[in-house]
Amino acid sequence: MTPAPTHDLRQLIARHRLWEQAFTILGLLALLIGLLVLLGLFLQLAVTGAPRLTPEFFTAFPSRLAEKAGILSAWVGSLLVMLVTACTAIPLGVAAGVYLEEYAPKNWLTAIIEINVMNLAGVPSIIYGLLALGLFVYQFGFGQSILSAGLTLALLILPIVIVATREALRAVPGSIREAAYALGATRWQMVSQHVVPYSAGGVMTGVIIGLSRAIGETAPIITIGALTFIAFLPTPPVTGEFPFLSFQWLKDPFTVLPIQMFNWTSRPEEAFQLNAAAAGVVLLVMTLTMNAVAIWLRYRIRRTIKW
Amino acid sequence: MVELAVNILDAAPRNEPAPAALKAESRNLNFHYGGFHALKNITLPVFDHSITALIGPSGCGKSTFLRCFNRMHDLYPGNRYQGEIVLHPDNVNILDPQVDPIEVRMRISMVFQKPNPFPKSIFENVAYGLKVRGITRRDQVAAKVEQALRGAALWNEVKDRLNDLASNLSGGQQQRLCIARALAIDPELILFDEPTSALDPIATASIEELMLELKEQVAILIVTHNMQQAARVSDHTAFLYMGEVIEFNETKKLFTMPDKKQTEDYITGRFG
Amino acid sequence: MTNEADANAPPTPGHRLVRRRGRQLRERFIEVLLFLAAASSVAITFAIVFILVKEALPLFREVSLLDFLTDRQWTPLFDDAHFGIMTLIAGTATTTAVALLVAIPMGTVIAIYLSEFASHRLRETVKPILELLGAVPTVVFGYFALLVVTPLLQTLYPALPGFNMLSAGLVMGIMIIPYVGSVSEDAMRAVPMHLREGSYAMGATRLQTAVRVVMPAAFSGVAAAWILGISRAVGETMIVAIAAGMQPNFTVNPLEPAATISAFIVQVCLGDLPHDSLGYKTIFAAGLTLMLFTLLFNILGYWLRKRFREIY
Ligand SMILES: Nc1ncnc2c1ncn2[C@@H]1O[C@H](COP(=O)(O)OP(=O)(O)OP(=O)(O)O)[C@@H](O)[C@H]1O
Ligand SMILES: [Mg+2]
Repeated sequence: MTPAPTHDLRQLIARHRLWEQAFTILGLLALLIGLLVLLGLFLQLAVTGAPRLTPEFFTAFPSRLAEKAGILSAWVGSLLVMLVTACTAIPLGVAAGVYLEEYAPKNWLTAIIEINVMNLAGVPSIIYGLLALGLFVYQFGFGQSILSAGLTLALLILPIVIVATREALRAVPGSIREAAYALGATRWQMVSQHVVPYSAGGVMTGVIIGLSRAIGETAPIITIGALTFIAFLPTPPVTGEFPFLSFQWLKDPFTVLPIQMFNWTSRPEEAFQLNAAAAGVVLLVMTLTMNAVAIWLRYRIRRTIKW
Repeated sequence: MVELAVNILDAAPRNEPAPAALKAESRNLNFHYGGFHALKNITLPVFDHSITALIGPSGCGKSTFLRCFNRMHDLYPGNRYQGEIVLHPDNVNILDPQVDPIEVRMRISMVFQKPNPFPKSIFENVAYGLKVRGITRRDQVAAKVEQALRGAALWNEVKDRLNDLASNLSGGQQQRLCIARALAIDPELILFDEPTSALDPIATASIEELMLELKEQVAILIVTHNMQQAARVSDHTAFLYMGEVIEFNETKKLFTMPDKKQTEDYITGRFG
Repeated sequence: MTNEADANAPPTPGHRLVRRRGRQLRERFIEVLLFLAAASSVAITFAIVFILVKEALPLFREVSLLDFLTDRQWTPLFDDAHFGIMTLIAGTATTTAVALLVAIPMGTVIAIYLSEFASHRLRETVKPILELLGAVPTVVFGYFALLVVTPLLQTLYPALPGFNMLSAGLVMGIMIIPYVGSVSEDAMRAVPMHLREGSYAMGATRLQTAVRVVMPAAFSGVAAAWILGISRAVGETMIVAIAAGMQPNFTVNPLEPAATISAFIVQVCLGDLPHDSLGYKTIFAAGLTLMLFTLLFNILGYWLRKRFREIY
């Protein structure tokens, strides 16, 4: 066999290499453009919002005067809604994840549940809003309340929690389960005393990511008809008289941070748009921090746990 | 087939290519995976129109050595070569950083341990190297593909389904397809890394037969765990141990009268 | 204990056995509880479909399905009411198309670059950042679209209206880039190394290997990433509600304002919404349409990913 003339070969390779280099530059450029555009946008947001980020901004109610307006009712509302969401989504999601991973037989019913969870993860949030409007607000009569909002967001993040729980459980090796069984544990003992505690970090990661998604959701909250001008706080959950706990707040009208930001963004006055930027910074810092914690947690689990 | 191979080994006057020409040789080759010194001062010739086998216990560096010949190690960071592998007749050191690894790979092709056809059609698999070489004329490509498939003794089995997915072939067919793929670019030297370890005896026999035919045209360097295989097909054999060449000799000599105790232990251990 | 003392008596269920039955009962109870939790996800799907259909059906007593699908106007709240869902679909399709024109090429190039070209360190740094960016609330992106990108575009093209689908689509595309990039990169990473080595051993460059071997091998995974990107763009609400205007407008010109399906729902919900009003019914009809679209894309994406997993 006669080797191709090396000269031609070299020219060919040089041409290929040129293309390769061109793509390397293109790829780097795409990455940089993608990241820099986002960075630029975030910086713009931060610079615009920074002057409004005073302590009063956090302790003032919304107001018709942009300079006096704040996000007190919004962040309190967000907090309470998240409380409801967490209290619903975590037990439900973890239980469902445990069932699918540890109990479910391999049959069509399980397959349907699994496909269904995947499908739910892809349903747009506004659809959950419509569900909540028809079901919670009218059918169940919860009204446009913290309870309705919290439950809506819980449904929204349920697939995230389920999938994260399953992944975390799957990471626990079978030998641990066998060890527990060998000591006479029942299945529930094995699950509740071994598998779930050992995978708690992974479950946490999913829960945090889910909650951070919920905290930034706007559309479903608009859909259930959350008012946007709330210049009061919900009933305090702790009261001075017996029985000291009150659940009245669940039924209260409310607003949340993203709604507040949406409201301000839609105002034509520039002063309100500054408020929107400031609220955006708060929202962004919250969600990014939560996610960074989750990513870090997962990284740490990967580093430290070696079965 | 097995008998045939034994005959080749036993035949007293083997029709060897007269004083074999050198195709390549490694000179004082050292190789490091990061901090791990995997090859130590390897000096070894590879003769043209002949088969050189590398044997040795697992982890001794056979694959590592083989993969130096087409600069596969360049793909991963932290790997370091020292010394030379000189390719003849050009008389260039292919490990020289000045030398383009892609050019090296176009002239020295490789067949892997596990058949690794691309998830494409049979035809496209064989044509891949031609495309990479910039050969696009349809008739030319088709002719080359047929020639390579015939060369790999696969043509008759696949000529009616060239557009089928390569993954539909059996393991042995897939490996012959990978050989055809390597043949299509007219290599000067073909590297085989345990090409039959995933195959049954019949597929193994057909690939061994193929190698014996191929050596009429090219030089072959093969890693094998199978002592009989080395004895059956190779002209020269090198025994590697812990990254060093313990012994290199004509296959017949090395298997019948090894100079070194270690070699003897290794081959007799295998022969039982 | 007394039972055990009597050696001749046949074994009767003593209290130890009873206790075991109690334990079994508890185990069974817990399993049922857990099953109910898992089944609740199916209940959610049923609830979604049920509510959407139930609340949307009354509309179709007043409007024929044919009108719904063919009318070229969507003015359900006007006196001269028209219910042509195509108007909203056109808006959704336009913003989605703009977003995908940004997100698919950029996301895919980034994925190829990260998977085949970038150093290990760069990849390990960028991947978490992509993930992080996927978590930015969409209302923040809406702010960007309306108050940063639109003014910017207006300096280039002064005739651009303050609300337009172009800027909403562009920002949506930027939002989807990390998503498409990250998921496609996962698919490409999953292509086994020995396939790449096969290609390199033939003298292929990184680019040739990436385009001719890795991409085809990972194709259904990458396509699934695209499909999921489409599905996100179709369902995205806040960006378009904020920046594209919420007025239905039968057009596919991205320079014009228009309402998407989701933006229309938001617009109606922002106003007063009595339970039995026509507006209430229309948003469920719109939601049902949206749900059908995303269901379609979800099934397609699911099927592609499944096929992709089967290759190896
Ligand atoms: N990527 C790598 N990084 C670090 N060390 C490696 C790497 N690949 C191989 N090694 C080490 O180099 C040595 C030689 O490996 P090599 O794969 O060449 O062995 P081998 O002789 O081909 O073995 P086998 O017969 O099992 O294939 C081994 O000790 C192995 O652990
Ligand atoms: Mg090896």
